[in-house]
Amino acid sequence: MLEPVQLAKFGVTELEAQHALDRLNVRDVDYADLYFESRTSESVSMEEGLVKRAAKSVSQGVGVRATAGEKTGFAYSDELTKKDLEIAADTARYIANSPKGDSPVPVPTQRRPTRDLYPIERAKAEVATADRVALLNEIDTEARRYDPRIKNVMASFNTEYKVLAVATSDGTLVSDIQPLSRLQITCIAEDGDNRQVGSFGGGGRVGFEYYREDDRHLSYAREAAREAILNLSAVDAPAGVMPVVLAGGWPGILLHEAIGHGLEADFNRKKTSAFSSLIGKRVASDVCTIVDDGTLPFRRGSLNMDDEGTPTSCTTLIEKGILRRYITDKLNARLMGIPLTGNGRRENYQSVVLPRMTNTFMLAGESDPQDIIRSVKKGLYAVSFGGGQVDITNGKFVFSASEAYLIEDGQITKPVKGATLIGSGPEILTKVSMVGHDLKLDNGIGTCGKDGQSVPVGVGLPTIKIDEITVGGTQR
Amino acid sequence: MTSDNRRSAAMLQKYTTRDTANGYAQLAADVLARAKACGATEADIVVADGETLSVQVRVGTVDRLTKAREKRLGLRVFIGKRSATTSTSDFTRESLERLVGDTCSLARAVVEDDVSGLPDAAEMATEQPSLDLYDETVLDTETQIDWAKRGEAAAFAADPRVTNSEGAEFDSSSGRVVLANSHGFVGSYKSSNFSLSVSPIATESETGSMQRDVWYEVQRKFARLASAESIGQEAAKRAVRRLGARKVATKRVPVVFDQETAGSLLANLCSAISGYGLYKRASFLLDKLGQTIASDLMTVYDDGRMMGGLGSRPFDGEGLATRKNTIVERGVLKSYLLDTYSGRKLGLPSTGNASRSVGESPSVGPTNFYLVPGLKSPQEIISSVKEGLYITELIGFGINMVTGDYSRGASGFWIENGELAYPVEEITIAGNLKQMFKDIEVIGSDLVFRGRIASPTLKISEMMVAGN
Repeated sequence: MLEPVQLAKFGVTELEAQHALDRLNVRDVDYADLYFESRTSESVSMEEGLVKRAAKSVSQGVGVRATAGEKTGFAYSDELTKKDLEIAADTARYIANSPKGDSPVPVPTQRRPTRDLYPIERAKAEVATADRVALLNEIDTEARRYDPRIKNVMASFNTEYKVLAVATSDGTLVSDIQPLSRLQITCIAEDGDNRQVGSFGGGGRVGFEYYREDDRHLSYAREAAREAILNLSAVDAPAGVMPVVLAGGWPGILLHEAIGHGLEADFNRKKTSAFSSLIGKRVASDVCTIVDDGTLPFRRGSLNMDDEGTPTSCTTLIEKGILRRYITDKLNARLMGIPLTGNGRRENYQSVVLPRMTNTFMLAGESDPQDIIRSVKKGLYAVSFGGGQVDITNGKFVFSASEAYLIEDGQITKPVKGATLIGSGPEILTKVSMVGHDLKLDNGIGTCGKDGQSVPVGVGLPTIKIDEITVGGTQR
Repeated sequence: MTSDNRRSAAMLQKYTTRDTANGYAQLAADVLARAKACGATEADIVVADGETLSVQVRVGTVDRLTKAREKRLGLRVFIGKRSATTSTSDFTRESLERLVGDTCSLARAVVEDDVSGLPDAAEMATEQPSLDLYDETVLDTETQIDWAKRGEAAAFAADPRVTNSEGAEFDSSSGRVVLANSHGFVGSYKSSNFSLSVSPIATESETGSMQRDVWYEVQRKFARLASAESIGQEAAKRAVRRLGARKVATKRVPVVFDQETAGSLLANLCSAISGYGLYKRASFLLDKLGQTIASDLMTVYDDGRMMGGLGSRPFDGEGLATRKNTIVERGVLKSYLLDTYSGRKLGLPSTGNASRSVGESPSVGPTNFYLVPGLKSPQEIISSVKEGLYITELIGFGINMVTGDYSRGASGFWIENGELAYPVEEITIAGNLKQMFKDIEVIGSDLVFRGRIASPTLKISEMMVAGN
């Protein structure tokens, strides 16, 4: 069982934390919290067959926040003395220009974490550099062995070990230890003047042994090499509206961009989202049920609790096509009078909390993936994607395929070059006509950006058919 | 303003940087000595600190106020040809001693790299000119709130269709960078930034459909900022003109990029000529030095010494003097962007473009990277198009730097007979950057620096637009 982290770890006493919270206790402040964080990040990287670079970074600090109505006052410091906490508290309080509160701030009492989704021993998170170097060397050998046309292999292995504690004005003190790691591989293939790239990666809140299980690192290397070699023979992608079949797993980035961001409560409270006021309305076909689930063990997007100390949950966003819920943090749940979903997240102590996704995926349907492909006369089969982006307000989103094939007369034929797919969030899922029984979660590579803050997330999808979407290729 | 507010504002101003450049130089010297004792043959250190005050206002009231001060130290050591990089925000003696020990043991764990090392001692910058990067103006919270409120109010007042807002944000920040290395180089400079951005939302009354846009300005000096009102009005104009946007049919047409989107093409060029992408063979401009890569209308400079420039600095991330480099001259690629390491990999000298984020080994970055303007106004360029697309926003990441393949989501306006006929959205534009640079047909006269990379309006003769 996860042991609570004591504030002493940050050089602060519980009394000092309560004292700072007390300075924030003015009449108009609805809620205040102190977020203590200590983070160690390490990386090793390889290119040209050599593990040349190693880096390590250590950071520690506190973020102090007060909210009053819609207002948020926020200050942070990398110094954790009593005086720094006081200055930060006085700064955060600036938004609420009111006299001292009537009721005293309760002494924060330590609450035990309710679950342990990533029980990684510290020793397993901190692996000797030599072992990480060996892992990368084996990857280089494997990728080059896959095909002599692989001319360069770049790989990096990153780990993060984050310890955090949150003390809140409602009297709780909760903590978590969040390990995270990722292995990323990129291969360059060359055949004469034709040069192509392929990449693959994975990870999660897992220990180092995960990457060696069943030689997982070598299978990643072969996948990156395979995609690069495949792209050597890719033809130009088509342009225009057509049916698209998305493979399971990482293509779930569709959900993240098309609906996930639009369902974050802050945009809906401000009525700036294309989904504002669509709760209870149909936004997808009835084969679509979509959840955001922060409670899956070892997943990159999972958390025992969010960054406000709320336990994460599995929230049904869309149920058989009907929009059910927004995802919330404390501020937006309170202002909108809707349930807390445990999605209040921040990149680090230097950032404010925002409602953010965890692992977002569509539940499995009943179709056979083969039947889905056979149902398409002329279209695109997209297997892997780079990034995506969305305009929250008008709902238009894009995501870019990095491995895709033409479907001709129900058969997968030629590989095509990458192309961007563009659609409209509130409409696209109404065009999903078939959902496969093969739900797959991604391998643990996703990072979501919002308001300048990056947080790790997961996505997932069964094979699905979208009857029509605009494909941004170059060929008629 | 109440008296209570004023007292708080005064209190905020005391929240300033405690340490001086001299203090950091001494700290750097101590850490360098410690690294040498630990077995480092060469080392360099970056110390950066800064203060930020950020105010966000939404629909007339303060939405978020953020105030912070931070500092970080980054250390890079070489043990012979092996190297490692570390960073910390904890400047206590014990923490720094641990950091030096960790860095040296990390360096011992990686392999030798023939070309690794500091630049040669003779290459280090010998003078550090003042480039007008720092403004000592400290704005109080009330002033920033007032600017943000006025910017947003101007957007609401500009057009009745502006009905909502993502807010207006006024940020001010200032900081210092100190770089020191075992050749005895010590450099330091201060810089500041003041910025206002306004993001209004316009609504079409019949359909209820919404469009957002943003306008912003960033300056090193507070006095140089345009008025809050003018920024808010431009933001409103941009949001309102998108209302009623529709898709267009899939078609090959001429494409005009506005300043912002043309700047993104320059940013793509910048990545393609970065030394790191080149020696890894991951750029579509590999082995193209001295060759024609673009239309002969195209001349591009990277100027690290522009007075008050948002990308200016007296020395680069390794302590080499910055300079003005000719990147493309009349379509011919004249220079890559290099630091010492990527330069050595390619057998070329550094171009003074080492960029350094504390805690990472140097990489390559632009300083002030811009396309030399032509003679035509944006209006004249649009007038020259019979049927085509004027792009004002691009989204997504559909750019393959290895092949140059390009496919991005776009929105803007359809051009008919030289006029902007109606707004368009949910379309993509696609092509290949190698060809797109060659197909630049007209370059506008409207160069304005709103960031480190800037371009005037430009026209590409033809691209594939995918829609209905």
